Amino acid sequence: MLQLFKFKGGVKPESHKQESANLPIRTAPLPTRVIIPLRLNSLTTATPTVAVGDAVSKGQCIASAEGRMSTGIHASTSGQVIAIEDAPYPHPSGFSARSVIIAPDGEDRWCELTPFDETNADPQSLRDYLRSAGIVGLGGAGFPSHIKLSPGNARIDTLIINGAECEPWITCDDRLMRERATAIIAGARIMRRVVGAQRIIVGIEDNKPEAIAAMQAAAAAEGKTNGEAGISVVAVPTRYPAGGEKQLIRVLTGIEIPFGKLGFHYGVQCFNVGTAYAVHRAIAFGEPLVNRVVTLTGNVDQAGNWEVPIGMPISEFITLGTAKADTDRYLMGGPMMGFSLPGIDAPLIKTSNCIIAGSPKLFPPPAPEMPCIRCGECAKACPIELQPFELYWHTRAKTFGKTQEYHIFDCIECGCCSFVCPSRIPLVQYFRFAKSEIWAREKEKNAADQAKARFEWKTARDEREKAEKAEKLAKAAAAQAAKKAAEAAAAAAAPADGTAAAEIPPPATAALPPAAATPVDADAARKAAIAAAMERARAQREAAAPKNTDQLTPAQQREIAAVDALRQQAGIEPVPEIPAAEEPKS
Amino acid sequence: MIMSIAIMALGAIVLGAALGYASIRFKVEGDPLVEKIEAILPQTQCGQCGYPGCRPYAEAINKGEADINLCPPGGMEGVAKLADLLGREVKPLEAEEKPKAVAFIDEQTCIGCTLCIQACPVDAIVGAAKQMHTIVADLCTGCELCLPPCPVECITMETLTENLDNWKWKYPIVAIKQVA
Repeated sequence: MLQLFKFKGGVKPESHKQESANLPIRTAPLPTRVIIPLRLNSLTTATPTVAVGDAVSKGQCIASAEGRMSTGIHASTSGQVIAIEDAPYPHPSGFSARSVIIAPDGEDRWCELTPFDETNADPQSLRDYLRSAGIVGLGGAGFPSHIKLSPGNARIDTLIINGAECEPWITCDDRLMRERATAIIAGARIMRRVVGAQRIIVGIEDNKPEAIAAMQAAAAAEGKTNGEAGISVVAVPTRYPAGGEKQLIRVLTGIEIPFGKLGFHYGVQCFNVGTAYAVHRAIAFGEPLVNRVVTLTGNVDQAGNWEVPIGMPISEFITLGTAKADTDRYLMGGPMMGFSLPGIDAPLIKTSNCIIAGSPKLFPPPAPEMPCIRCGECAKACPIELQPFELYWHTRAKTFGKTQEYHIFDCIECGCCSFVCPSRIPLVQYFRFAKSEIWAREKEKNAADQAKARFEWKTARDEREKAEKAEKLAKAAAAQAAKKAAEAAAAAAAPADGTAAAEIPPPATAALPPAAATPVDADAARKAAIAAAMERARAQREAAAPKNTDQLTPAQQREIAAVDALRQQAGIEPVPEIPAAEEPKS
Repeated sequence: MIMSIAIMALGAIVLGAALGYASIRFKVEGDPLVEKIEAILPQTQCGQCGYPGCRPYAEAINKGEADINLCPPGGMEGVAKLADLLGREVKPLEAEEKPKAVAFIDEQTCIGCTLCIQACPVDAIVGAAKQMHTIVADLCTGCELCLPPCPVECITMETLTENLDNWKWKYPIVAIKQVA
C-alpha cells in the first residue's frame, strides 16, 4: 500500500455530487449548430483550413496545428461550414473569438478514421499524432498534451492520472471512470510509454468508491492480459483542492514542486482521466478530440452527464436539463474556480467540464465585504501556504511589487481563502486583478523597452545616413575641383592652340573667383572652352541643311524663294529652322 | 601641540587618499538618476513634452530644467512615479490624458510618399516610395508624429479597445447596500 502524504490547508465544501453522480453518461442530441473557436490559448489562434460553404464530416481537421503550443481543431459533427467569424466564447470577459460555425446535416457521419498503430511507433511520432488529434488537458487548463508528454532530458518515473475531481457538483470524471475504466487505463498505458515512466498512479478522492472499484478492476484486468504491473489505483482523502496538480502530486508522492518548476523536473507527470480517455480514443480508433463529457447540474429539473460535441451552444445544452424558473445565471466549471457566464450563446469547449445553473437560493449573493480583521484563517486554508491577507493588503494598496515578494504567482486561485474568510472578502478576485495588472504592466514595459531600442537604432541610422551623404557630397566636390584643375593644366600646357581665344575680347578679370589657384591659367582655359563651344555650334549650324528639299516641285521652289526673299527684306538670314528650334532646349 | 597637528594632518592625508582612490575605483559613468527617470517614461518618443524624445526629457528633468508633468502618454501615474523618485510634488498633468491609440493608414488614400515613414520615431511603418504604407500596430506607440507630415491626411488614430487578449480582471467592486 502506497504511503500517502498531506498538503497543508484546503477546505471541505459541501460536495453536491449526489445530484448527478448516479446518472449514466448519455449522448447529447445534435445541436442546431456548432461553434468551434479557433482560439487555442492566450497566445495562439489557429488558421482555418476550410472555407465558408465547405461540407465537413465529423472528425475532419478544420484548422491545422501551427506553432509549438497549438493543436489540431476538428469538426465535431458532419455538416456545412456556414460562417467563419467572431462568435461568443466562454470567457469571464464575454468577448467573442474567431470561430468556425457549422450547421450539422443530422447524419453525424465520421470522416475516414485510421487507428494509429502504436505498438511499433516511437514516442515522437505518437506525440505528433496526438497533437494533430487535438488532445489537450481536459481537467480545466486545456494545456496541450503533446508538450506535457515531451519531458526532454528529464527522466519521468511516475505518471499520475488525476481522477480526484475535488470541485463540488462536477461528476463527469467520476462517471467516466465508472463506465470507461478500461479505456482510461489503456490511454494511461500509452502515455506511460510516451514519457517512459515506470509506474502509473491513479489518484481518486475517497468519496467516489464506485469509480475506485471500477478503476481497480480495470487495472487488475490490464495487469492480467498484458502481464504488466505498476498500475495502482489509490484513494486520496477528500479535501478540496486535492485535484490540483501540485496538490495531488504532493499527496501521492510527497514531492512538493516549487515555484517555476513543473512536475517533470521531479520525475512526475500528471494527466486528467478525461485526457487519458481521449488519448485512447485517438490511438485505438483514430478519433480526434471532438466530444467530451459535461455535467449539467445545479438548479435544474434533470441533472445529468452528457457526452457532447465540442462547440455545442450552452443555450442548447441547458435545455437538456430544464432549468428551474428562478435560475438567474449559469456557471462554467465548479463553484470554487469556475466563472459566471456572461452569456449562454457561447459554446462548450474542450475545457468545459460542468455547467451549473445557479439561483439566488443555491448561490446566495455574496454578503457585503467587511474589513479584514487579521484572523489569519485564509493563511490556514491556503494549500500553497501563502499569506493571502498580506497579498490582499498589498493588492488594495496597489503595491504590486510587494505582492510579488509575497509570491502572488504561486496562487492557484482555488478560492479556499475566500471560502473561509469571515469578513467575506473576495480575496481571489483581488489576486486575479493583481495578477492581470502585473502582466499588463510587464507587457507595457517590454513594449517600451523595444520602442526605445528601435528609436535608438533609428537615430543612429539617421545620423549615419547624414554622415554618408555629407561624405558623398564632399567627395563629389573634391572630384569636381580636381577635374577643373586638370583642365586648367591642360589648357596652360597648350597655349598656342588658343587661337580662337584671341577672337573674343578678354572679360573683366576682377569678376573671377579669387579662390582659383592659378587665376590666369583658369581664365585662359575658360576662354578656350567658350570659344570651342561657339565654334562647335557654328559648325553644326552650317552642316545642318533643310530636309526634303531635293525633290521639290517648281511651285514649292517658288514658294521657298519668296519666303527667303521676305526674310532678306526683313534682315533675317536664311537660317534652317531645325537647329533654331533646338537651341532654346540645349 | 605639534604632535597633535601632525596626527590630524596624517589622518587627513590617509582619509584623502582613501577618498581619492574610491572616487577613481568606484567611478560611475553617466548619471544613474537619468536612467531611472528614463525607465519611468513611456518611450513613445512623441516629443509632446517639448524635448526630442524621452531621453532628452529625462536629462532635462534631472537638470531641473523641465517639470515632471509634461508627459501625456505617461499619464498621472507616471507623474506620481516621477514625484516619488525625485521627491518633488505631484502636479496635475499639463495636457489632458488620452486613451491609448495606434495610428491607422487608410490604404485606399495612401499615395506612398514615405513622409510618415521618415517621421516615425520607432520604425513602426513599413512601405516604400510609390508603394502603399502600413502601420505595424504592435510596434506603434501612438505618438501621432506621423499625422502632420501626411500630405493626403490618410492617417487616423484608432483607440485601442479591450479584447480577449488584453482583457484584465477588474478590481473587485464593493457593493454598497442601502440600509435605511
